Amino acid sequence: MDASILQIRGLTKRYGPLTAVDAISFVLNPGECLGLLGPNGAGKTTTLSMIAGLVTPDAGEVRIQGRPLQTHANDAKRQIGLVPQDLALYDELTALDNLKLFGALYSLDRPSLAAAISGALKLVGLTDRAKSCVKTFSGGMKRRLNLAAALLHDPQLLLLDEPTVGVDPQSRNAIFENISAMRARGKTVLYTTHYMEEVERLCDRVVIMDRGKIVADGTVADLRTQGTNGCRLRLELANPGGGAWLSDLEKTAGVQSCELKGNRLVVAIEDLAGGAAAVLRCLAERGQTIVHIESDRPNLESVFLEMTGRNLRDK
Amino acid sequence: MKPFLALVRKDLKLYFTDRRAVVLTFIVPVLIAWFFGAILGGQSGKAKATGIDVIVVDLDSSRLSDEVVSALKRDSNLHVTQATESEARNRVRSGHTPVGIIIPKNFGAEAARVFFRPGLKPEIKLLLDPSRSAIASMVRGILMQHVMETVSKEAFGGSAGKRVIQESLRDLENATNFPGPDRQALLSLLGSVDKWMDRTQTSGNSNQNNVATTGLTIPFGTREEPLTSRAGAVYNGYAHSIAGMGVQFTLMAAIDLAVGLLLERQRGLWKRLRSAPISRRTLLGSKGISIALIAMSSLAFSFFFGIVVFGVQVHGSFAGFLLSLFAFALFAASAGLLLAAFGMTPGATRGLAIPVVLIMVMLGGAWVPAFLFPDWLQKITLAIPTRSAVDALDAMTWRGLGFNAVIVPVAVMLAYTAVFSWLAMAQFKWEAD
Repeated sequence: MDASILQIRGLTKRYGPLTAVDAISFVLNPGECLGLLGPNGAGKTTTLSMIAGLVTPDAGEVRIQGRPLQTHANDAKRQIGLVPQDLALYDELTALDNLKLFGALYSLDRPSLAAAISGALKLVGLTDRAKSCVKTFSGGMKRRLNLAAALLHDPQLLLLDEPTVGVDPQSRNAIFENISAMRARGKTVLYTTHYMEEVERLCDRVVIMDRGKIVADGTVADLRTQGTNGCRLRLELANPGGGAWLSDLEKTAGVQSCELKGNRLVVAIEDLAGGAAAVLRCLAERGQTIVHIESDRPNLESVFLEMTGRNLRDK
Repeated sequence: MKPFLALVRKDLKLYFTDRRAVVLTFIVPVLIAWFFGAILGGQSGKAKATGIDVIVVDLDSSRLSDEVVSALKRDSNLHVTQATESEARNRVRSGHTPVGIIIPKNFGAEAARVFFRPGLKPEIKLLLDPSRSAIASMVRGILMQHVMETVSKEAFGGSAGKRVIQESLRDLENATNFPGPDRQALLSLLGSVDKWMDRTQTSGNSNQNNVATTGLTIPFGTREEPLTSRAGAVYNGYAHSIAGMGVQFTLMAAIDLAVGLLLERQRGLWKRLRSAPISRRTLLGSKGISIALIAMSSLAFSFFFGIVVFGVQVHGSFAGFLLSLFAFALFAASAGLLLAAFGMTPGATRGLAIPVVLIMVMLGGAWVPAFLFPDWLQKITLAIPTRSAVDALDAMTWRGLGFNAVIVPVAVMLAYTAVFSWLAMAQFKWEAD
């Protein structure tokens, strides 16, 4: 039997001539946190909507705990907690009334619902505001309540669609803590975002999407190493002279390229740990005095840029 | 069932937290029904007559014309003022008075003369506001009655009448072209009338039935008998106006509530609701039921108010009355959902709703009673559910009919409900964001 909690295979969705999701496949294992990273319009939300059973795929299959979503939709939906990108709350009702409604949709009996509401409110830190009208909440509080509403039926798979959009840093951290707490309880998380820092902080694994396709799938560390430019050393030299020594530096083991502009030298190396020492040794042997040195390693932003030629966020 | 009830509860809570919506659905129909009910005759069923404004110009100023003006002034159907001809023309032209009556010079003398003899009739001029021709017809009839009474009284008993008789006798005696037997017969008739007039004037006969003192009168009286199906069931204008306005505002409220469904979809709430293990039927059905409950409460409130304040009574079957309310509430909900399904966006749905509601309500007889429609339209509107609702509610309230009277209208409303619900379910864009 398949141990994965979510399996998608050849999932495709078209809107007229536009292929929003183009035959993507991936697997999510229990307890894992997968980041679905991509720029706006990459197909992340459509993918999530198909997994949640809100949009019917044109091709491909979604399996939740080994069972096809199409034929076991209600069973699957009981295993899924969706936190949509839009704040799906009734502003005119109290937080408690909202949670009662969303809990009742899963046919929870009264004691279970009461316990679930209490637990969810405690988790997101809104117990003392339970009887307040949602329209009196700040954006961050609404986001947290939005998350709480998805937890009431104790789902195994949490689908979070850009849950931190438009919130202040404090609420953002609170949401991260909530997600970490859910992970600690063994929940599986699928998290869409176009903020690579969020993925790096929360996720074990990343699937990068662009124009409906998966362009990379792996751990954050794996993806970093997929960057062809590796790491960079940025050095400021006291007296670089004419740079006749540059050809020797290029031949040094682990060095991919080097460039000198004035007294500033940028050296691309495959691996910071091994390559940096060789570069410094070479420069010292050529009589170069280093005034300042800094290094940077590839991040998901630069990996994405390398893979697609585009930035993750609109600039 | 739990999700279904939770969704209905949510809709009701949302609705009753919106004070503006509550006022529009519950209070406004009652206020408008109040106004229409008063126009339609109030509780007694008879509109209080204020008298038609009529302006009279008496250019004759004879005793006969004075009597005509006095008779018009005494008529409770009219409110008579006197003025000069130019004033009268200005008032009618400006729309301040619907009808003006100009009694010409020599009216008194000529009218009595032509009563018995051929000749040019005096001409009473009617100045009319063309936008109120129905009123003009009524005034013409009333004027005819009073002129007839006054002139005939003068002709049979007044000095002008006696003068005309004597002139006629003289002319007849001198006439050479009249056949002998006819002339004798006429001389005998007029001579008898002349003697009779002398006798009534000298004896002071004041018998009320005497034509000389009363003139010619209408030879019949009328007695009105309002026909309802139950003794004591009196027509109440408010019952009809509450039915009409209730139907109109319930329909409007139902569409507005259905627009709420589109707003939920626009706000992303629809997505969240659909991510739960509930069916399309549960989601749309719960919305339909919550709309129907609100619609029924609104209609019931209007009638409750009518019963308490305006003395409206359910003279017919109470079960039939409740069934009519229920059937129309269901129909209103299905119509709202259908419009939302076809409108697709809140703005488009509201735009679509205005003409649809207005046409349905108009054809339903909620504004003007359906019997005023042309015959062909009356037949067509029998298939309009708003007409069924108004007819059924009228039947159960002031008409006092039995349960059987609502079977057809209720069946019409439920048939529409079934078709509209099915169409709404099929048409609603399930995956639209």
